[in-house]
Parts: sequence; structure tokens; C-alpha cells
Amino acid sequence: MKRTVPLFITAAGGFILVVAYFIPHTQDWGEISLIWFDIIASFAMILGGGNLLKIHLSKVSDRGKGWAFSGVTLAAFILMLIIGLSKMGVHPNDNYPGFAWSGNYRETGAPFWWMYEHALKPLTATMFSMLAFYIASAAFRAFRAKNFEAILLLGTAFIILLGRTAAGVVLTGWMPERLSGLRLENLTIFIMTTFNTAGNRAIMIGIALGIASMSLKVLLAVDRSYLGSGD
Amino acid sequence: MKKETLIWTIILIFGAALLAINAATRHAGQVHVQSEPHDHFYVADELELPWGGEVLVARSATAPGTYVHPSGETMTLPPRSDGEVVELVWKDTTVRAKWRKVWKPVEEREEGDIALPQEDDSPDRKTWTTYNQVTYKEYVEATRAAGPDARTYSFSWTRTVGLWVGALFTLAIFSFLYRDNPFYKFAESVVVGVSAGYWMVVSFWDVLVPNLLGKLWPGMVKSWAMPGLDGETEWLYLVPLILGIMLVWRLAPKGAWISRWPLAFIIGTTAGMRMVGFIHADFLSQIKNSVKPIYFPVDSTSNAIYNKAGEIIAMPDSYLTIWSSLGNIIIIVGVLASLVYFFFSIEHKGIVGKTAKLGIWFLMVTFGAAFGYTVMGRIALLAIRVEFLVDDWLWLIDPLHRHAIGGG
Repeated sequence: MKRTVPLFITAAGGFILVVAYFIPHTQDWGEISLIWFDIIASFAMILGGGNLLKIHLSKVSDRGKGWAFSGVTLAAFILMLIIGLSKMGVHPNDNYPGFAWSGNYRETGAPFWWMYEHALKPLTATMFSMLAFYIASAAFRAFRAKNFEAILLLGTAFIILLGRTAAGVVLTGWMPERLSGLRLENLTIFIMTTFNTAGNRAIMIGIALGIASMSLKVLLAVDRSYLGSGD
Repeated sequence: MKKETLIWTIILIFGAALLAINAATRHAGQVHVQSEPHDHFYVADELELPWGGEVLVARSATAPGTYVHPSGETMTLPPRSDGEVVELVWKDTTVRAKWRKVWKPVEEREEGDIALPQEDDSPDRKTWTTYNQVTYKEYVEATRAAGPDARTYSFSWTRTVGLWVGALFTLAIFSFLYRDNPFYKFAESVVVGVSAGYWMVVSFWDVLVPNLLGKLWPGMVKSWAMPGLDGETEWLYLVPLILGIMLVWRLAPKGAWISRWPLAFIIGTTAGMRMVGFIHADFLSQIKNSVKPIYFPVDSTSNAIYNKAGEIIAMPDSYLTIWSSLGNIIIIVGVLASLVYFFFSIEHKGIVGKTAKLGIWFLMVTFGAAFGYTVMGRIALLAIRVEFLVDDWLWLIDPLHRHAIGGG
């Protein structure tokens, strides 16, 4: 019951999609299965939210280190849920003015949009943009032209960086038309469409084979690690 | 007070003073909006008939509850609420029809339509206002011109506060470049809470309401949040509901194993989806795209000179043909050599070793290109954030001439 049924569910869920791909008459099964997947994934979001509440509430109640920041997280989470689920400040859909709840919960100007636009978006974008500093410092430490492979890596990155900016055009713009293929911007395109394509293809073929074999192992219950080690 | 704390306090006070002066003297960081009124009135009734089809009946100006059918018959509707099934007596027969209010924007009102209710709180008229952001330049020009729509432009407190909040959050995150500090920790805590809440709300409105509640209780969802929803109850969707509840059971102190069933479904469908998807889109497609002619003649516009029947339709350009053929050869050799490097069942010695070495060189070029693109992407993101601070917030630059007045 605790281990056999999940194995059966895994195999059924996976093979339905495989069968639906090959037999057109069963295509609906695949579509329903994917909708079910989305629904259960949405419940996983609720699980995540519940877990966040559990962890941060216990931190606040224990007055552990940094409990005030846990309080901030909880406040932000609850505020976002209230204004989003209640569609606070959202007007009805223009086609259904009689239905107060028919409007889009992301409506421009509504509090939920405000929180996304002025809190979530700047915060996440800035966090990602900070990687520019870390990637630069990591490259400074890691990039050493100590052998031919390292030179290839470094040289390609250098050409790509120059070729995608105005500097590349300025540096090699003087080359005659017949040698235009050697201009940095064209060289970048050539590298991307040939060497980079070839390398990426080999990597993608490898990944696809790996994923296909891994998926088969899961569907055929050869790999059961996702069930954990308990009963 | 420690020396370092004192220095930072002075910097913060000085910075705040500069911001206040900038905002007060140059209106920097202000957001303006233009209002857009939405005004709809209840103009007709739609009756969804049991034998299929819909009848649209315009409301009578004299007796709003009475309708005249095109055949001349008169029908009277009892008081009702939107989406309700009503009984009509028509040609001595009682007909059950689903009834819906039909609304129309006031600006589309035609001759013959019912008179507009004048009271703001009338159930037959719905009005509200939305606001669209405008640039400071547009705001000043509109108010200076004092035209008929000048009054629709105004300063927006909520969006101005939002802009400042966004800018201060941006600075708080950047402060981590100096070192970990309370401002960064505060911003980090906010992003965790807000993003968790955001994705829960998105899941609820985008997935659970239309795909679960809308399938199990379509009538309720239709009368509440999705008036355009059609369809009958599909009890099959009780299965994902039960599996979903089993997944959330994981939060309970006992019976965590119950969540294995929905987890197994997620793992199984992911495996099935990925297996088919990757074999089709990555494995087969990549092989298919790698099977290329090593002699590939093209014309002067870089188009292949053969048509589908294999006939020559233009003269080849020798220079372009050499480059296109060389490109194809590099791709074929590169894919094969890189695959040999990934083939670990044979020891990489002799010809296999040399081919694998060539494969490593191709992979190094690929990684270099990926690195270059990643750096470019991150720097572009950084530039966008800096532009937000100095353009949208501080108005220190104005590349799009949004803040300058008088044609600037």
C-alpha cells in the first residue's frame, strides 16, 4: 500500500503520456493527465506556502536568531495572499460588469500588481543582476590561459563579448568586404552557428539519452529513490 | 557610536537630503497617470434556450421586465439574479432558459437603447476608473494646454510610493556588494514572502479555479469569477483534488507517507513527458539537423540554389558556397567528435583519443560562447537596474525624453 501503489501510479502516469504520444485516439488521456499534473503542482505550491508558514512561525515563536526577519517574511507572504486571493482593488471584466470577481487578478493598478511591480520585480531582477559582479570575479580567478583548451574557452568568450557590443564593430569595421567574415560581429555569428551549434548538439543528445534512460528506470520501478527509505 | 556606523549614518543622511532636494526641485521620482473611465449599462437580456441557441432581447425603455419576441409574443420575467435559470411562458408553454445580463459601454449607446440610469449605485449601471501611467512630459504638456482632457491627468501617490519602494529595494539588494547588512536581510525576507505568496495566488487563479473548481462546480465558478465558462461537471477531477489534499497532508505530524501517491503521479508524468519530449525534440531533431550536405551551394543572397525537386534554380556564389559548406562540415565533425568524447565505453586512446580531444576543443568553444552570453545577459540586467535608478527614479538621464519639458 505504501510502496506498491505509488510505483503503480508512477508507471500509469508516465506510460499514459507515452501512449498518448503514439496513439492519436488516446491523445485526450495525455491532455487530462497534464491538467491533473498542473492541479497537483498547484497543491504543491500550497504545500510550499504551508511549509514556509510552519518554519517561520516556529522561528518567531522561539525568538531564534533573526526572528524579526522571519516576521517580515510572514507579513509579506500573508499580505500577498490576502490581496491576491481577494482580488483586492480589481475591477470587473469589461465584458461582464455585473460580476465583481470577473476581473483579472493582475490588473494594472491593483494592489497585487503593485506588489509585483514595485517589490517582487525589482528585488528579483536586482538579485540576478548582481551575478554580473560574481561571474566577473569568478572568471578573473578561474580564467588562466595555461593550456590550449583554456585558451579556446577564453578566446571564444572574448570574441563573443566583443562581437555582441559596439566595440567589436569599431575594432574590425575597417576590414574590406571580401574579408567581412573576419569582422568580430560576423565571426561571432559564425562561431555561434557552427562550433557552438556542434558542441551544444552533442551535449543535448547526451542529455536526451540520459533523461530517456532515467525516465525509463523510474517508470519501470528500477529506480525507487523518490519513495524515500522509510516504510 | 562606532566610527564605521557614524560614517554610514552620515552618508545615509546626506544621501536622503540629496534625494529630497532632487525630488522637490526637479519633481524627480514622481509618477503621473491619466484616468480612463469605464461606464457600462444593462442593455439587454440573453436567454440560453434549452434546445440550444441563444436569444438576445433588448430591454424595453417602458417596461424593463417585459420583452416582446420578434414573433409578437410578450414574455415576462420574474425578478432574478445573473446566471439564474428562469421560467418563461411563451406560446402557452413553460420554457426554462438560462438568463444573463448583457452590458454595453455607455459610449457605444445607440438610439433605441434603454435610458441610462442616473444614480451611481444603480444595479443597472456599473462605473469605475482605471489609471494609465503617463510620462512627466505628457502630464505637463496636457495640463499646460488646458484642453478638455487636462483634468484626466493627475499625480499618482500610490505609484510614486511604489517607484520609491522599488528603488530603495534595489539599493538594499546592491548593498550586499559591500557586505551582509540588515537592509539586505530585510529585502531578502520580503522577496521570499512575496514570491511564495505570488506563486500561490497565480496557481490558484490560473490553475485551480479554471481547471479544478471550474470542472467540479462549473455553475458556482461561472456565477462567481468566470462568467464565460461553459461545460458540465466532470467528476473525474475529484481524483486530482484528492491527490492534491494527500500532498498537503505532508504538513500533518503523522501519515507523511500519504503524500507519496501524488508525488508518484508527479514523478511519473514528469518522466513520461520528459522521455517523449527529449527524445523527440532533442535526440531525434538534433540528429536530423546534423545530417547536412558537405557541399552546400548557395546563391548571392545565401539561399540554397536547389528547389524541393532538386533542380538548380540559381547560379552558386563560390565564396558563400565555400563558407556554407565549411560550416556544415564543422557541424558534422564537431557533433561526432564531441559525442566520441562523451562515449566512455571505449578507452580514449589512439584514433578515439584524438577524436575525443577534438571533441573537447569543440566543447571548450561552446562553453566559452555560453560564458560570453551569460556575462552579456547579466550585464544587460545590471544595466537595466542602473537605468531604472538613474532614469526612472532620479531623472539624472533622459534617453527617451520622458522627463524633459518643452520638446526637450
